Amino acid sequence: MNVHLDAAAGAPLHPVAREALLASLDDGWADPGRLYGAARRAAMLLQAATEAAAEAIGTRPDELVFTANGTQALHAAVLGTLAGNARSQGFVHSAVEHSAVLHAAQAHWAVGGTAVPIGVDALGRVDVDEFVAAVGPEVAGAALQAANHEVGTTQPVREVADAIFPPLIVDATQTLGHAPVPGGWSVLAGDARAWGGPDVGLLVVRTGTRWRSPFPEDDRGPIPGVPNIPAIVAAAASLRAVVAERDEVAARHRELIDRVRAAAARIPDVEVLGDPVDRLPHITTFSCLYVDGEALLHRLDKLGFAVSSGSSCTASTLEPSHVLVAMGALTSGNIRVSLHRDTTTEDVEAFLAVLPEAVAAVRDELGAAGL
Amino acid sequence: MKIDARGRRCPLPILDLARHIGDVGIGETITVEADDPAARPDVAAWCRMRGHEYVGETPAADGTPGFVVRRLH
Repeated sequence: MNVHLDAAAGAPLHPVAREALLASLDDGWADPGRLYGAARRAAMLLQAATEAAAEAIGTRPDELVFTANGTQALHAAVLGTLAGNARSQGFVHSAVEHSAVLHAAQAHWAVGGTAVPIGVDALGRVDVDEFVAAVGPEVAGAALQAANHEVGTTQPVREVADAIFPPLIVDATQTLGHAPVPGGWSVLAGDARAWGGPDVGLLVVRTGTRWRSPFPEDDRGPIPGVPNIPAIVAAAASLRAVVAERDEVAARHRELIDRVRAAAARIPDVEVLGDPVDRLPHITTFSCLYVDGEALLHRLDKLGFAVSSGSSCTASTLEPSHVLVAMGALTSGNIRVSLHRDTTTEDVEAFLAVLPEAVAAVRDELGAAGL
Repeated sequence: MKIDARGRRCPLPILDLARHIGDVGIGETITVEADDPAARPDVAAWCRMRGHEYVGETPAADGTPGFVVRRLH
């Protein structure tokens, strides 16, 4: 048994991505900025991929650039927006943004800016009025994810975007390809790994939004370096494919995640987290009282199931997940389950069949029975 | 009453708390002194799940956070 239930950390390569990647390796290797045949072919592939990705997202090709990866896209989204609106120094973000956004906020802070995190409720959602009230005239930009990457709860992006004046940056990493992205944003970041593409990110800056590259000058444009064109072609082709099959896959994922949530809730002393309805179709998480998250991950791994955890003992920092902490949720024994397009009902049922015993075994090791 | 959970990693501090909550009377408080960063959210979550009151935080003399819990039943 070898079941991958950690798609939010990177889904297996989509068959369309694999096909496009292999096909473009021979034609897309050259630097598209050069003036010879191979370079022109590479430039044409890049242009076609940009158009395809823009169409799948519902934006204009001249508003979209590819980045080296999703983390770079988030850094560029935040720091580029703040650089483009540098007459103001403030940055406002939800407390449950991806760590790449929080690290960009720290970098902004380190050069004299301010960064204000907005708390969330027990489901992991920001309050529109509280968020909007924090976005005063001193604010250069605000960031709000389309949906949370650990608990799946969607955020009120449209409502916030409509109510604030500075640009709203949306982290659409876990939403692109899985659910419609809400409108109204000025800057958007995505990561092809989250929809079954290779390691490529994308950044969209709406026309009229002030944005300036936060990177050192490079004659190729706002994102330094030669673009990885085979990976970009594969990312765009697979984005188009997952958007086309999205409704069917999302309906299946929603049903499977409902099963996971119901089965986890039946295990004693387990808190199932995140909004049960207004959430991403493919991600959920739960926390188990008196369970060492690392021990549970290892036990599930030995049984053939790959999942992730926001418990402190499983993170390199020894800190529990900032998302779970912001929600006031239990952080011990945390397990995140996230599905990809090839996850089957049998995969999920097999996981749910071993989960209660795995939790009980880890509890027994700690002598927690009866507490 | 105080529990010394210094150096004990998640989820051991709340296991210590669960083992000793019965050592104080109903309405009395027990303090878990723990330096694990997960103890803060987890003690509060434990209180919610077990129906006790999370009173708040009082640092120990050495600066270690102390999480105060009132036994309610």
